[in-house]
Formats: sequence, structure tokens, C-alpha cells
Amino acid sequence: MIAELGLAALWLAAALAALQFVLGAAALTKGREALMAPVRPVALVQAGLTAIAFFCLILLFLRVDLSVALVAANDHSAKPWLYRFAGAWGNHEGSMLMWVTILGVAGGAVALFERRIDERTLVATLAAQAFIGLGFYAFLLFASNPFSRLFPVPAEGQGLNPLLQDPGLAFHPPTLYIGYVGLSVAFSFAVGALVTRDVGPAFARAMRPWVLGAWIFLTLGITAGSYWAYYELGWGGWWFWDPVENASLMPWLAATALLHSVTVLATRDGLRAWTVMLAVVAFSMSMVGTFLVRSGILTSVHAFAVDPRRGSFILALLVLYIGGALALFGLRVGTVREGSRFDAVSREGALVFNNLLLSAILGIVLVGTLYPLGAEAVTGEKLSVGPPYFNAAAGPLALILVAVMAAGPLMRWRRDDLRAVVARVALPVLLVAVALLALVLLAPPIGIFPLLGLVLAAGVAAASVAPLWKRNLRRTPLFTYGMVISHLGIAVALAGMASESAFIKETLVAARVGDTHTVGPWTIRFDGVKPVAGPNWTAIEADLTATRGDGRPYALKSQARAFWAPPTETNEAAIQTVWDGQLYVVLGKGDEEGRWQLRLWWKPFVTLIWAGGAMVAFGGFLSLVGRVRRERRSAEREAWA
Amino acid sequence: MKAKHQRLVLALLAVVAIVGAGLLAMSALKDQAAYFYTPADAKRDHVQPGQAVRLGGMVEGGSIRRAADGVTIDFTVTDGKDTVPVVFRGITPDLFKENSGVVAEGRFDASGRFVADNILAKHDERYMPPQVAGEMHKSESLETGAKVKGGRT
Amino acid sequence: MTVRGVRWLLWAPLILFLIFLILFASGLIRPSSHDIPSQMIGKPVPAFSLPEGAPGHAALSDAVFRKGQPRILNVFASWCVPCAAEAPQLLQLAQAGVPIDAIAIRDRPEDVAGFLSKWGDPYGAIGSDVDSSVQIAMGSAGVPESFVIDGKGIVRHQHIGEIRPEDVPAILAAVRNAK
Repeated sequence: MIAELGLAALWLAAALAALQFVLGAAALTKGREALMAPVRPVALVQAGLTAIAFFCLILLFLRVDLSVALVAANDHSAKPWLYRFAGAWGNHEGSMLMWVTILGVAGGAVALFERRIDERTLVATLAAQAFIGLGFYAFLLFASNPFSRLFPVPAEGQGLNPLLQDPGLAFHPPTLYIGYVGLSVAFSFAVGALVTRDVGPAFARAMRPWVLGAWIFLTLGITAGSYWAYYELGWGGWWFWDPVENASLMPWLAATALLHSVTVLATRDGLRAWTVMLAVVAFSMSMVGTFLVRSGILTSVHAFAVDPRRGSFILALLVLYIGGALALFGLRVGTVREGSRFDAVSREGALVFNNLLLSAILGIVLVGTLYPLGAEAVTGEKLSVGPPYFNAAAGPLALILVAVMAAGPLMRWRRDDLRAVVARVALPVLLVAVALLALVLLAPPIGIFPLLGLVLAAGVAAASVAPLWKRNLRRTPLFTYGMVISHLGIAVALAGMASESAFIKETLVAARVGDTHTVGPWTIRFDGVKPVAGPNWTAIEADLTATRGDGRPYALKSQARAFWAPPTETNEAAIQTVWDGQLYVVLGKGDEEGRWQLRLWWKPFVTLIWAGGAMVAFGGFLSLVGRVRRERRSAEREAWA
Repeated sequence: MKAKHQRLVLALLAVVAIVGAGLLAMSALKDQAAYFYTPADAKRDHVQPGQAVRLGGMVEGGSIRRAADGVTIDFTVTDGKDTVPVVFRGITPDLFKENSGVVAEGRFDASGRFVADNILAKHDERYMPPQVAGEMHKSESLETGAKVKGGRT
Repeated sequence: MTVRGVRWLLWAPLILFLIFLILFASGLIRPSSHDIPSQMIGKPVPAFSLPEGAPGHAALSDAVFRKGQPRILNVFASWCVPCAAEAPQLLQLAQAGVPIDAIAIRDRPEDVAGFLSKWGDPYGAIGSDVDSSVQIAMGSAGVPESFVIDGKGIVRHQHIGEIRPEDVPAILAAVRNAK
């Protein structure tokens, strides 16, 4: 019954999306303005129906209802309940349903809360949103029905990839989906504004919370994904420039650029066409990312079920949405009036520079990710593009970008005096010089990039709190605090990256029980191995004790796990976090002589990478709250007037 | 700056930035892209020592040897036509075993031995590096006749 | 837009996007690297003759594939884990009336016998391919692999990797089509 209820809700939601699109499109023609009225309620009901359908699927997974094909293929009664729950979206059909649910709910939220924008633009936006939804509904209902029944009913489900049985990963895809859908709302706003020729500050203010929200979730998703790869793959790295990782990084880069240009449009009414363009690019990057991950046309270290037919479908949607939007852009943007002007040396100028650098980095990542595909199509050669390329091409630009980020907030809007700017950035520059001197004198010789990274991190940290200098801290708006914390977060993350690559220590040994080995300041004793069993795996566990100068022992347990449904092996790294870094231990294989391979890493301040990422997201959250509050207050003021 | 010129300058700046990024990307790609070789390809193309490449093939049966330190192994990668000796220091993936597909990332040294920094094998029993599957099916089924005569038992 | 010279720039994103699309489409259309269509399909089974691979089973030569009935040729080994995983599906195919012969790769007859008693025995003849020469001649790169061969010795279908329960209908269909 639950499955049929879910399917019915899904069909109804799809029908309402069609209605929403037709009503919205018709209401834009002259003389049919009356059709605008039902668009908002329709969007709300559609949101409710998608939520019901998704809830039904979760219920089926929690109950392990094996008469549903999707549940039988991806669920297992021996699985802990959290993974039964997360299993609902840990597969293709379920993740598509989650996608349309978030899309539907976001559309409902736009319909419910957005009051400041011109009603025609809003209706066009909701129509565009419904059109995006329709494509995914069609795919769900005709090609990947999550609710189809299975007969005969199997006795047991077929489990879930054990690599995916991880709390981090269970909540990683939803985070990214929310980010992607947030960008789709920004995209719909851009299309709506192009259709009604209403590109201006009101449109930017309506779009901004969605961009900000999407960006917060993308930041969280990338940070969490990076940490997941770090502790789950057991390779000791935190970013591999793998196509799947790049697929999540590219929308983030575009969203970051959009976030800054939309601010220029909202406060200064500049960069109109560029902002619209970026909104289209940001959503197309999330579609391209989804396409690359799902179609399997690029090989990746991350295991994903791939199917070329799904790839063709996403490609078709890409053509329809992005091609359509870009054609609309070509046709309409010429009629968008030019916004207000500004000098090259100004806050706007710095933000334009920021946007250009972000776009260039985005281009480099896109080219590097797709290059193997292009090379094979053109010359037939097979190759892979790895970290050396991305570090060499994107690294310098990223460092320049961080430097610009430090200076930008210290500039005035519209026009600034170069000398005054120099005076304002003098303190951070001084700090950079001192840090550089200290590092060169005190630290062991390190590479040029880590050195620059550490120095820049110090300078940016100083510069990013500078906007609060001599300000009344109680009257400073919340979104200024948000910006300061986000920029500080970037500096913190940069410090972590540079410190990890500059000061990392590694030891690789075959150890007998009772042996001690050293890595960096640590002495690690190998106490023994024993078999252990978990709910659906067995493992060999190595016990180790780590000590350093202060003598306090830390117990480490590293495991080589074997799962049985389906049979797979994984390495669980033992990670000990201390205030100044992490000890990372991987257990390898045993040999006939009773030795065990151990890989020991000491990574000073590596935790700052993810702490910085979390700060960036938290800063975004503060800005969002601050912006929404201010919007509400000014709306109330208007209502009074 | 005049009104109509600002847009033009912005647009040109954007074009310059994109072209610049493209050039930067292309030059970096030329140096840094790791080409994929099977042992036979590597021999034919005389891959330079020190150049980052990926070597793919099957681990030859009986070729894995462990060094005394317990963490260095050497083995032979074959594509059915040629073989390359490989040395690797580190922990091998679980699915690394004889007669299975493997992709090794690293470089050739002057003596023609391949020094791997990284060994890839997927977390899936069915995994065979796709490039290898392609290459092996291409190179082997073309010579069906010759091989069968030699291999008939 | 007041400056005529840059009007074409407005269409540049669309053009760039179309170039990427062509790239994506070519990536999709190209035979997926995960699913290499066999070079053997439509070709005759190479001539070979292998000694008996397990006690109580006949030796295997290519002649058996030219006797008018479609058969499955399964390439396996007792040391191969996925081969054990596909055993139930092979038994299911055998029960459906499909004759299955096998080539054991780099194996010993006593090991094969142990494997068959543990996981079930769906096989007719079993050939022992000690140096993988026939496997290579068949264009098979790993174990397990399975071939559907029609009654005239022509390969009709190749399955790379273990046969999972969901693959059984496709293989049965290939056998039917080979008639």
C-alpha cells in the first residue's frame, strides 16, 4: 500500500508541475494576468506531494519491504537502521526522488515567502522551476520508478556497498543536492528575470538568499566529502582532484563567484548581465557534475553505479535547460540596461577581479576534468589528468585570489583612492612580511607553495578581521560578521593545507608485535593484532600506543575490515586528533614472518582544513540570517508606510 | 571611463582571463597529463624515464615478490604481448593480486623498471581497469590464429 | 548594448556550451569503457583441444561447439572468488536445460574437483588451460567470463565478470537467439 501511495503522490505532483508550468507561461501573455493567482498554491501543493512520496520511500526502506524492487536491491535486514534510512537515497532511483523532493519543496518555499519581487517575474520563475522539475518527474516515472514491485519476493535484500556504510556518506549526497537545487532556484530566478526583462537589484535581493543557502550547503558538502575521503579511503590524502570531487567543486566555484556578483547587483546595481550569466553557469555546473558522476564517462576512484542511459537522459536535460537559458541570454541580455558604473579601484573592481579569477579557476578545473574525454575523442589517446596539473594550473591563481580576498573588503564601494587603500592594507602586509621572515629563519626548509600558503594565510587572517577595526561591534550588521568569519575560514583552511604539505612526516614499516617506530615527534608501539567483529563485518585490528614528549599515551586502533554482503575489504585508518594535528595510522597486510605493514603519518594542523571549511559555511549562515532579517525588517517598514 | 566603454572593457577582461586560463591550462596539461600505457605501448613509444605515466595490465602469475623490509614488493605487469617489471613501496590495495587487473601510477627509471607511487584497484571484484579491458581485447583477439597454434596443448 | 562589436560575445557562452555538449555526447556514444563489446562476437571459436580439467569430466575441444546445439562456455578457476559467487546462477542455467562446458584456468584437477563439490557442478566437459593460451585466444582477459556459442561454433554473446542473478534472463535470451 505504501508503495502505491508514494507512486500516486509522485504522479499527482508531476501533474501539478505541468499545471504550474502551463499556468505560469500562459499568465505572462497579455490579458491573461488572472491566471497568475493559482500559481503559488499549486507550487505549495506540489511541494507537499513530493514530500509524501519521499516519506513513503523512507518508510519502505526502514521496514525492509522486499516486495519493492529498489528495497530488495539496496536494503538488508542485517543493516543498522541508520543505513536502512540513508539507503533510501543511496541509490539512483531514490536519489532522483530526493532531488525532485528538494526541488519541489524549494519551489514551495519561493511561492510562500517571496513577496518583494515583481509578481510577473515571480510567476515566470515558478514556471521555470516547474519546467526543471518536469524533466526529473518524467525520468522518475518512465525510466526509474522507485516504487515498482518485485515478484517473487526475495528472502533477503542485496545489501549496500560497505564503502557507503558510513554516517558521513549517508548525509553527504543530501547536502550536495540541497546545494544543487538552491542553484536551480537561482537559475529559475535568472530565467524569470530575463523573460520579464526585470534584471535589477530587486531580482538580485530575491535570488541572494538562495545562492547563499546553496553555497553554504555546497561548502559543507565539499568539506564533509573531503574528510570522508580522508578517513575512509585510508590513503592519507584529503583531496585527490578526482572527477567526482571536481564535479562538486565546479558548482562551488561558480556559486562563490555568483555570491559576490549578486552582492554587487543588489547593493550597487552593477554587473547585471554578468550575474545572470553566472546564475546559468552555476546551475549548469551542477548539472554537468551530476552528468559526469552518473554517466560514468570518466573513471573515478569513488565507486558509483553508472549507466550510460541515465547519462543520455541528463544530457538531454542539459541541452533543454542550459541550451535554452543560454539562447534566451543571447536574445535578451542585449536589452538589459547597463547598471551603474564604478572605478577600477573600488570594492566593485575587486569583486570583478575576484569573479574573473574564480571563473578562470573554474575553467581550469573543467578543462582538466574533461581533457581525458576530449583527448580520447580527438586522438584516441588514453590519459589521465591528476594532481600535478591541477596544482600547477589552479594553485597560483588560487593564491592570487586569496590575496585579492584580503584586500577587497578594505576598499570602498564605487570609487576609492589607491593610496588610501595601500594605507589600509599596510598592517596585513606588514604581518605577511614578519611571518615570512619568521618562517625562513625558524622553520626547516619547505617548498615555495607551502611557504607562500602559510604566509598568505597569516596576512589574510589579519586582513579579514580588519573590516571590524574601529567599528562599533554592536552595530555592525550580522552579514558583515558573516563575511569576516567566512574569509577568516578561508585563511584557516589555507593554513591547514600549507602546514600539512610543509611539515608532514611519514613512516612505512613492517612491524613485529612489540616493535616501536617513530614518526615526527611521536613514538608508536605496536602492541598486537586481534580479530574483531562488527554488525556486518569482521576485521583484524591492530592495537598501537602513541606517545610523545609529554609522555601521555594515546591508544590507536586501526582495522582491515572484511564485509560479507557483498564481499569487500576496506581499511579503517586509526586517527588520533590532538590540538596541533593528527596521527594517521593504516594497517596493511601481514606476512609469513609475523610482521604487519604499518603506514604512519604525522600531519601537523591538518584539522584546520576542515575547521576552516566549517567556518566558511558558518559565516555564510550568519550572512543568510542577517540578510533575511534585514529584508524582513525593510518589508515591514514598507508595509507601515 | 565612458559608460559604453566600461562594458566593453569588462567583456574584454573576461575574454582575456578565459583565454589566459585556457593557455595556462593547456601548457600545464602538456607537461602534466599522465598518459596511459600498456607494457607493449610503453616499449613501442620509448617512454622517457622520469615522465609521469600510468601503466596498466595484468599482474603476471607468480611474479609478486616481497623484499626483506616487508613493505617493498616487485612484480611484473603484462598485457599478453610484453612485460614490465614494477617496484612499489607501500600498502597494496586489497584487490591487488596475481592474474588481476592493475593500474600503477609512477615513472620508468633509467634501467627500464617502473617505479610506482600508487597502485589502483577498484573496490569491486569485477573491476578490471577499463583501459586494460579495452586494450587486451583489442590486442589479443586480433591475433587469434597465431596464438592458438602456439598455445595448443 | 551600445557597442556593436561585442554583440557576438553574447552568443559565445552558447557556442562554448555546444562544444562541450558534443564532447559529452561523443563520450556517451563511444562504446563505454566499462562494457567492452567483445571482438569475438560473430567469430568462430578458435580451434583448440584441452586435456580433462577435473576427474569424471570429459576433456574439451572446439568440436563440441559445432554439433548444432547452442552451448555456454564458462571460463573459470577454483582460485577465483567471483567464480564461486556465480555458481548458483550457472546451476540455474544448467537446470533450464542449457549445456555448459568450462575451461579451468591455471588450475589443478584436484582443486577443481574440490571447488565443484563445494559450490555445485553445472558442467559437462571441462578443459584444463594451464597456460591460459585458449583463454587468451578466446579474447578473455580475466575470470570469470562466459560465452554463448551457437551450434555452428560462432560466438553470439560474451559476459565479462561473474553472472549475477539479474544477468540470467539476458543470457537465457542469448541462448534462445542462438538457436
